[in-house]
Amino acid sequence: MSNKIKIATTSLAGCFGCHMSFLDIDERITALAEVVEFDRSPLTDIEHCGPCDIGLIEGGVCNSENVHVLREFRKNCKVLVAVGACAINGGLPALRNFVSVEACLLEAYRDGIGVDNPQIPNDPELPLLLDKVHPIHEIVKVDYFMPGCPPSADVFWTFLSALIEGREPSLPYELVHYD
Amino acid sequence: MSGTLTIDGKTIPFAEGQSVIEAARCAGIYIPHLCHRPGYAPHGSCKLCTVFVNGRKTSACTFPAAANQNVVSDTPELKQDRLRLTQMLFVEGNHFCPSCEKSGNCQLQGVAYHLRMLDNHYPHFYPQREVDASHPDILLDHNRCIFCNLCVRASRDKDGKNVFAIAGRGINKRLIVNSASGKLKDSAISVEDEATRVCPTGAILIKRSGYQLPIGQRLYDQHQISEVALSMQDDHEQ
Ligand code: SF4
Ligand code: SF4
Ligand code: FES
Repeated sequence: MSNKIKIATTSLAGCFGCHMSFLDIDERITALAEVVEFDRSPLTDIEHCGPCDIGLIEGGVCNSENVHVLREFRKNCKVLVAVGACAINGGLPALRNFVSVEACLLEAYRDGIGVDNPQIPNDPELPLLLDKVHPIHEIVKVDYFMPGCPPSADVFWTFLSALIEGREPSLPYELVHYD
Repeated sequence: MSGTLTIDGKTIPFAEGQSVIEAARCAGIYIPHLCHRPGYAPHGSCKLCTVFVNGRKTSACTFPAAANQNVVSDTPELKQDRLRLTQMLFVEGNHFCPSCEKSGNCQLQGVAYHLRMLDNHYPHFYPQREVDASHPDILLDHNRCIFCNLCVRASRDKDGKNVFAIAGRGINKRLIVNSASGKLKDSAISVEDEATRVCPTGAILIKRSGYQLPIGQRLYDQHQISEVALSMQDDHEQ
């Protein structure tokens, strides 16, 4: 059995920008790959999360599927990290919190400019929308937070290096950003 | 009366009529604050400046400096209180920094960075608040108002206009505009007013002036608010 640190990642109501920023650690990813192994993640296509050391959650919670995925991560990850503005405060998707779900759907699928063949999607496979978008700490216990929209590659590197080496992560002033 | 007091073990002078926060500032000691501004009457609402004076908690911006006071500001307990108060300010309004023109130059954000605030801790309110874009030159976004009362004091005491007031209590507290319609465009405010420049957050913005500096070059990208606040002169901007 490998004794590499297991990391799982996912994007809930996010834009994958945090994942892109993670990949901006560039060649440092080879050093990372020496010590970690990825479980469920858009980088591996593994569909369900097994027992992991670290779970990175991008995005807030906007639908029923997000809730299930978040709970799966919490159950399986020793350390759960909220990554980026949306996971921490809802971010851009939470701007819909000031409009009803009905009004949102009507605007997007029936009344909005350029809508063709207007109909509200209702396939049973589609996850149901929650009435509001929530940051993840309102649903599960979160151990650490990496702010930023997105957090820079240096934030990922600083945070993960500390976690992997068993140190308490701390960010210097320059790396604390909400934008 | 003047003399000396001690703050965090350091002896500093103070002048007649100075508050604890002003005596500290003049001696180069930063006490976090949001509703205080040099040259303005104190308001004492944000409680960020809470310190111990002779063993009792009080607001440094309203408490008069006096001889031989023992002031304690830099403790883990007070730092934790300041962090929680700042987090409450974030969840009580709607602060989406990535889409705010004030980001990088915002004192609320600057204080939060200084306190290394990484999360908002509390559940979010997502209150329903208005944006008043009626004025040709000035934008009022209630989502970002922290009720610091600085615009109220600026308009009343500096501009002699009384454009703003804070109405209501608790969750119903809101900033109101003195005009028949309640809109900024029908008020006496003009773009030269002190009241348009004093807002610590992105609640009052001058239109067509945002995003002048790229990320990395803005005020709090370059300097901690502790330095910026100490370099502030009476009535000076930022
Ligand atoms: S006012 Fe300050 S804290 Fe609020 S959104 Fe704008 S930059 Fe962020
Ligand atoms: S609009 Fe700005 S200056 Fe006025 S009370 Fe709100 S935060 Fe303070
Ligand atoms: S700065 Fe003293 S209460 Fe706000």
